[in-house]
Amino acid sequence: MSSVPIFVDENWRLPSRGRVGMFSLIIGESAIFTIFVVAYVYYIGRSTYGPTPQILDVPVFNTVCLLSSSITILLAEHAIKHGRMRTFGWWWAATMLLGLEFIAGTAIEWHKLIFEDGLSLRTNLFGTTFYSLVGLHATHVIVGLIGLSLIMAFTLAGRVEQRHAERIQVFSLYWHFVDAVWVVVFTVVYLVGR
Amino acid sequence: MADQILPIPGSLDTAPSRGAAFLEWLHSWVVTVDHKKLGILYIVYALFFLLVAGVEALVIRIQLAIPNNHFVSPEVYNEMFTMHGTTMVFLVGMPILFGFANYLVPLMIGARDMAFPRLNAFSFWMTAFGGLLLYYSFIGGFGLYGMGAAPDVGWWAYAPLTAKAFSPGHNTDYWALALIVSGFGTLGTAINIIATILSMRCRGMTLFRMPLFSWLMLVVSGLTLITITPLTAAQIMLMIDRYLGGHFFDTQAGGSAVVWMHFFWIFGHPEVYVLVLPAFAIANEVIPVFSRKAIFGYPAMVSASVGIAFVSLTVWAHHMFTVGMTSVGNAFFALSTMMVGIPTGIKIFNWLATMWGGKIRFATPMLFCTAFVMQFLMAGLTGIMLSVAPWNWQLHNSYFVIAHFHYVLVGAIVFCIFAAIYYWYPKVTGRMLSEKLGKWHFWLFFIGFHITFDIMHFVGILGMPRSIYTYEADRGWNTLNMIISIGGMIQGAAVLIFVWNLIDSYLHGDAAGNDPWDAWTLEWSTPSPPPAYNFAEDPVVRSRRPLWDLKHPNDPDWKYER
Repeated sequence: MSSVPIFVDENWRLPSRGRVGMFSLIIGESAIFTIFVVAYVYYIGRSTYGPTPQILDVPVFNTVCLLSSSITILLAEHAIKHGRMRTFGWWWAATMLLGLEFIAGTAIEWHKLIFEDGLSLRTNLFGTTFYSLVGLHATHVIVGLIGLSLIMAFTLAGRVEQRHAERIQVFSLYWHFVDAVWVVVFTVVYLVGR
Repeated sequence: MADQILPIPGSLDTAPSRGAAFLEWLHSWVVTVDHKKLGILYIVYALFFLLVAGVEALVIRIQLAIPNNHFVSPEVYNEMFTMHGTTMVFLVGMPILFGFANYLVPLMIGARDMAFPRLNAFSFWMTAFGGLLLYYSFIGGFGLYGMGAAPDVGWWAYAPLTAKAFSPGHNTDYWALALIVSGFGTLGTAINIIATILSMRCRGMTLFRMPLFSWLMLVVSGLTLITITPLTAAQIMLMIDRYLGGHFFDTQAGGSAVVWMHFFWIFGHPEVYVLVLPAFAIANEVIPVFSRKAIFGYPAMVSASVGIAFVSLTVWAHHMFTVGMTSVGNAFFALSTMMVGIPTGIKIFNWLATMWGGKIRFATPMLFCTAFVMQFLMAGLTGIMLSVAPWNWQLHNSYFVIAHFHYVLVGAIVFCIFAAIYYWYPKVTGRMLSEKLGKWHFWLFFIGFHITFDIMHFVGILGMPRSIYTYEADRGWNTLNMIISIGGMIQGAAVLIFVWNLIDSYLHGDAAGNDPWDAWTLEWSTPSPPPAYNFAEDPVVRSRRPLWDLKHPNDPDWKYER
């Protein structure tokens, strides 16, 4: 007991609230995705009529783009941490473009499914589960893109500085999460469920 | 002052007129990001809906008091039990407990405010508008029986009753949308509480020196993250089915109604623990202070709470024994449900051991907490009974189940909420609640509670099913139902005394001073009510009972704690 210090530890450090908050949000979002993934898996092959998952094409290029956007945003984080703002801007723009490509690719895929294969959300159970799971993920990509473009706009206006590095990192956590979820969705929908 | 809508603060003009002063006051509450004001808003909002849902409960009890009654129509009756359940869980239970967390957690951990004050305000207003949206259905909802229809599908909203074919109109959509909206508010608050507790503690406030209230709120918020979100997901699926023609719960297209049940109870059972853990949190603060002893088994309390949170995630299908599961499924969920009894048992023994040998002061908060310990034990025991699958087959969806979960929700949670209000009201308002009215409130409520819910077990065993509109006179339930309804009225009277006490004491109560209960946690070191900045200087903490250390410099706690 005599070892109790008279003065409280001067190195009183706590985790950043931004990080803790974002990790909490990610845990909550993961639960939402879990429910949709479970519904998708449970309903595989239970459609009583209509198109089956065999009509899906594996979106390899899309996946490569989205997953590389995690690398580009990591490079952007690295750049802002060391105050290289121009490099940051370029990597950030690259991340945005890769995200936009993913959404465009999804749009093309859905256009084919709807107009060539006749699969809409109301066609059958497969359509319902497919569009809601992939759509839920696409919604998250779009939310992420809105955030990315806001930060891009501030960057172009010269308002993002090195001292914002931590906020950028917190936001990037969300983008990494969106990418990680795609790995699960991709595996379930295009590899296991097809 | 008609030309001036919002007075400029700090203006040196003549004193503002009454109307302008009122507007300024209102404005300050609407735009506030202060955790204390938001906490009060949460609690007032929840107390308002407590009265509303209480009236709904009394309508149910009047309808069931005598056989073949037609006090309300069957349609209104369905709306009443749906809205009673939904309101009590989503608009009373969670907001009031998050309100306490909002108010108390920053004060207890020595912080200036929550981690994200604006997110905090956003969450409150989401929750508030979710509630208003739900209740607007009484005016604007269109259902099976025309305009002015509130949701009437039960608070569990089982498929396929919620399908467009069986619930036409949009009163079911009011239910789903309102809960999605307030669910996002809840998620925001949970994130905020976690970030506050992990990142905003004052110097020296290590995790294991935090008051147990904060510890349990941390656990609850973590549980909320993974509990509310499945409901949101399931309700999004329901909306897809109803509005976009999806087939999630459409059996004709291969969908499954049982999947809805699973998703609902994956939310629904942990939700019970989201509600009851804050009640434990309150008891953890009140019982030691009124027993004049430090809490017994602090680490055991923390680990039991974390244990409850984990086990509660694995028990949901005990709501579904009668649906028909495999024997492995039945055995798993029966055993996992029984396992919850271990950590909760630890807690009950800890509370008893805290009281044991203590110098107990039976002020109103302690009365409520003492009753809570006994009632929660009984609720747990009927819970163990219901976890036995064959027993459950016999009694599922009977009034025995209703009695069991009201023993938890009222006997544990509402009792602790009352204890919390009597305990912290002096801190929030600067005035004491009347002890005399408080004792009347407690004894009437206690007696009414036991008349209602003890008897409810008996009608349940006699076979009375839940959610029925009325019953024949020859079932042998007549007298018992009348007694239950009388008990309900006594509880209603007790709540009226409580409301009168809140109002009267606010105007005429005795001044409270900083620390009326001689308590030990940091919130009692601030003036009552605390100033906007909480602490004039950042506190430094060296033990679990910082105020004890201050009051007893010769015998501080940190000498004995490691």
